[in-house]
Amino acid sequence: MAYTEEELKKELETQEYEYGFVTEIDADTFSKGLSEKVVRAISKRKEEPNWMTEWRLTAYRAWKKMKEPDWANVKYAKPDFQEISYYSAPKSKDKYESLDEVDPELLKTFEKLGISVNEQKKLAGVAVDIVVDSVSVATTFRDTLSKKGIIFCSISDAIREYPELVKKYIGSVIPRKDNFYSALNSAVFSDGSFCYIPKGVRCPMELSTYFRINEAGTGQFERTLVIADKGSYVSYLEGCTAPSRDENQLHAAVVELIALDDAEIKYSTVQNWYPGNKNGKGGVYNFVTKRGICHENSKISWTQVETGSAVTWKYPSCILKGDNSIGEFYSIAVTNNYQQADTGTKMIHIGKNTKSTIISKGISAGKSQNSYRGLVQINSNAKNSRNFSQCDSLLMGNKCGAHTFPYIEAKNNSSIIEHEASTSKIGEDQIFYCNQRGIDTEKAIALIVNGFSKEVLNKLPMEFAVEAQKLLEISLEGSVG
Amino acid sequence: MQLTEKILSSFLAFELDIDINSYVHNLRTDAIKNFEKLGFPNRKLENWKYTSLNQIIKEDYTVFSKKKNVIEFKKVKDYFIDNIESYKIVFVDGYYDPFLSQTSHDGLDICIMSAALSKAKYSKHINKYFNKSVPSEDSLTSLNTAFSKEGAYIHLPKNTILEKPIEIIHFSTGNEAALMLQPRNLIIIEENSEVEIIETHQSLTINSVFTNSVSEIFALKNSKVDYYKIQNDVISSSLVDNTYITQKRDSDVRVHTFSFGGKLTRNNLNFFQTTPSINSTMKGLTIIDYNQLVDHHTLVHHSNPNCESHQDYKGIYSGKSTGVFNGKIIVDKIAQKTNAFQQNNNILLDDTSTINSKPQLEIFADDVKCSHGCTIGQLDQDALFYLRARGIPKKEAKALLTYGFANNVLESVKIPELKIKIKNTIAKKLGVSLGFDL
Repeated sequence: MAYTEEELKKELETQEYEYGFVTEIDADTFSKGLSEKVVRAISKRKEEPNWMTEWRLTAYRAWKKMKEPDWANVKYAKPDFQEISYYSAPKSKDKYESLDEVDPELLKTFEKLGISVNEQKKLAGVAVDIVVDSVSVATTFRDTLSKKGIIFCSISDAIREYPELVKKYIGSVIPRKDNFYSALNSAVFSDGSFCYIPKGVRCPMELSTYFRINEAGTGQFERTLVIADKGSYVSYLEGCTAPSRDENQLHAAVVELIALDDAEIKYSTVQNWYPGNKNGKGGVYNFVTKRGICHENSKISWTQVETGSAVTWKYPSCILKGDNSIGEFYSIAVTNNYQQADTGTKMIHIGKNTKSTIISKGISAGKSQNSYRGLVQINSNAKNSRNFSQCDSLLMGNKCGAHTFPYIEAKNNSSIIEHEASTSKIGEDQIFYCNQRGIDTEKAIALIVNGFSKEVLNKLPMEFAVEAQKLLEISLEGSVG
Repeated sequence: MQLTEKILSSFLAFELDIDINSYVHNLRTDAIKNFEKLGFPNRKLENWKYTSLNQIIKEDYTVFSKKKNVIEFKKVKDYFIDNIESYKIVFVDGYYDPFLSQTSHDGLDICIMSAALSKAKYSKHINKYFNKSVPSEDSLTSLNTAFSKEGAYIHLPKNTILEKPIEIIHFSTGNEAALMLQPRNLIIIEENSEVEIIETHQSLTINSVFTNSVSEIFALKNSKVDYYKIQNDVISSSLVDNTYITQKRDSDVRVHTFSFGGKLTRNNLNFFQTTPSINSTMKGLTIIDYNQLVDHHTLVHHSNPNCESHQDYKGIYSGKSTGVFNGKIIVDKIAQKTNAFQQNNNILLDDTSTINSKPQLEIFADDVKCSHGCTIGQLDQDALFYLRARGIPKKEAKALLTYGFANNVLESVKIPELKIKIKNTIAKKLGVSLGFDL
């Protein structure tokens, strides 16, 4: 049977969220609302030192004065911040020594996600720090890592055990007052991951965390801090799936990366929060602030595959502060039904001979809106800087939209900036060409979409590429072979 | 803000001079209310993010020049195109100058706005077209509408191919310490007609001049319009040029903007494609230095299928100058088979200049070809070396490369005499003369 673009469109529209389920775990949830009392209570619950409590309170006070931004090209009902519960943790608070002690319900959840801890343990050296509703419940391979001096733990553990590191770097890349959501996150972040790679160490395995939103009506405020000391290397993976919910859920994470001299950080994300049903009901609001700072000769590479969330607002950025530093951004954003994505990057060139590459691929289907918004800023001291940006959009059907908002600011005459963008649909002649060579239409579409996003998929680490392909399959089923 | 207040009070004085019971005056009163509400744009607005009017509107402008100055033709001869027969519509300090002008009513109308607004025989067209294509939310356009009184009025009936180009020139003589000018042009080109228009704003003094110009152009079925904007004013003048172009089926409108001078030049160029099968072309060449700022904001709204738009803007910047480019292409759901291309290339000659570029696409249709490209760089060192190795001095070699860079825009100028004039201006700007034709 011939598979046409029309059918693909139909399939995309009716595609339901596959990972939509709720795990019944007793959760320890705060009552709704936000006040100084709540911030203090969160801090107390996390057994945090005084300076951290104060740090949160400063953020909270700043947040209270801020207004929700509305410049992004997305439309949604503004969340009521007093209707959100700011803390939710699985009830049993003991740390698990072995998997037997873990709530079997929770293990089942992981199995449904295809990331059972058992399997992960055996699999090619991926240490998983699983976060369910904000509190880290399982950490594997921590021992192996600690032999190398690598610290990989939850941020609340880090605040207790390595306060000097956290104190030095938290908020150094994304100040608390940076924006509305980073301020909110700084005030109420419940948990997240912390990673420190010592000088000259090459992290032997891919570090990864899986995030999930589970409890109904809970906001998720993750905080991730990755520090790569001089000459070190780390590849960090982050992936997420969320259960099906009708109520809009808010996710406002903050990720800070610090690459000291000669270090390299590779940060990959696969995001598949619940996108809402095909009528645009429900879905996650994903308002994330991600930023990294590059010192001399260092490199930060962001790779993201965005397939989920009802509304995405995300700009992983690089501040190229040190000379000869490199920033990279590779992104695939797929939107379907009523999803809206406003995503892109910022490359701030400060140091000399800094280089940045931006490759962004947007695929919109159904009634979705997909925007690329990026900034390339070359300061006058950033001599001989180089930027290359490419943002391509693929449209499926005439009810969706693709938008590009690139900001390019150059202040010196030795830098070279190139930007190009194109928008198109899957060409009839492309399909015809494939058909002629005996490739049926379904395969042809798969081939074209695959080829369209290949440049980005190639950048994902092996372990993650499989998962990414899986998610692309869910979002564009029938088109990816 | 002082200037805002002055403008609002001037409006009352302005009303004494004109027929306040007309249709147009209702538009004026609405517009001044709108301006009062919005005020001058500031940098908090996305469209004015990179361009600040603060320095400009600080000055104490005279909103209307009280006196009419007379200037001799031989003094301003250089500002007209040499060796060419043309219609001329000339304004001095905002007033029409009949001695320098050469208008026509021979089956067509090449005349002035004040006549069009007051005479009954024009009212049909004024009611149909005047202020019909401008958005209500733009404060500077509203300001212009409120004070709309003088400017060029051009109306070509069906099947008229104009042999001679039309020159529209606005002179300011410095009879006021600081003068604000608000010319308003209305250009209606009917079916199968063709026209070439050259518009220049020229200050003859070092007194400040702030021009807030609005042009409405209606290109009806199968018409052709070539519009050249020459912006090579003195450093004390600033220009905000708002152009709204409404096109009908099979029409072809091409706007060329040459920005070489002025303290601040802001071009808001808007194309509305209201029927299928339309061609719109925008070309721009900017060469500036000495703290100048040139800001190009273009908008092409593709609201119908099978249309095309081409944009090509080149810029060369040095000496603390700032270039801004914001090109917006909107493709509506029904505008299938749209081809929209946008290109913005910039050269920075030194470290003190800045370029802010934002090529923007908003696309809602799937069967389209839209692309934009933007580059910022410098003259190719290898090419420079190649030329110098062949005995061409550095300055000339640089000029040659610059010419080459700009040539894409230059070559589409259809009037040979104008082309020569622009080339000479570029040569002067670069301080070299290439003894050959490109």
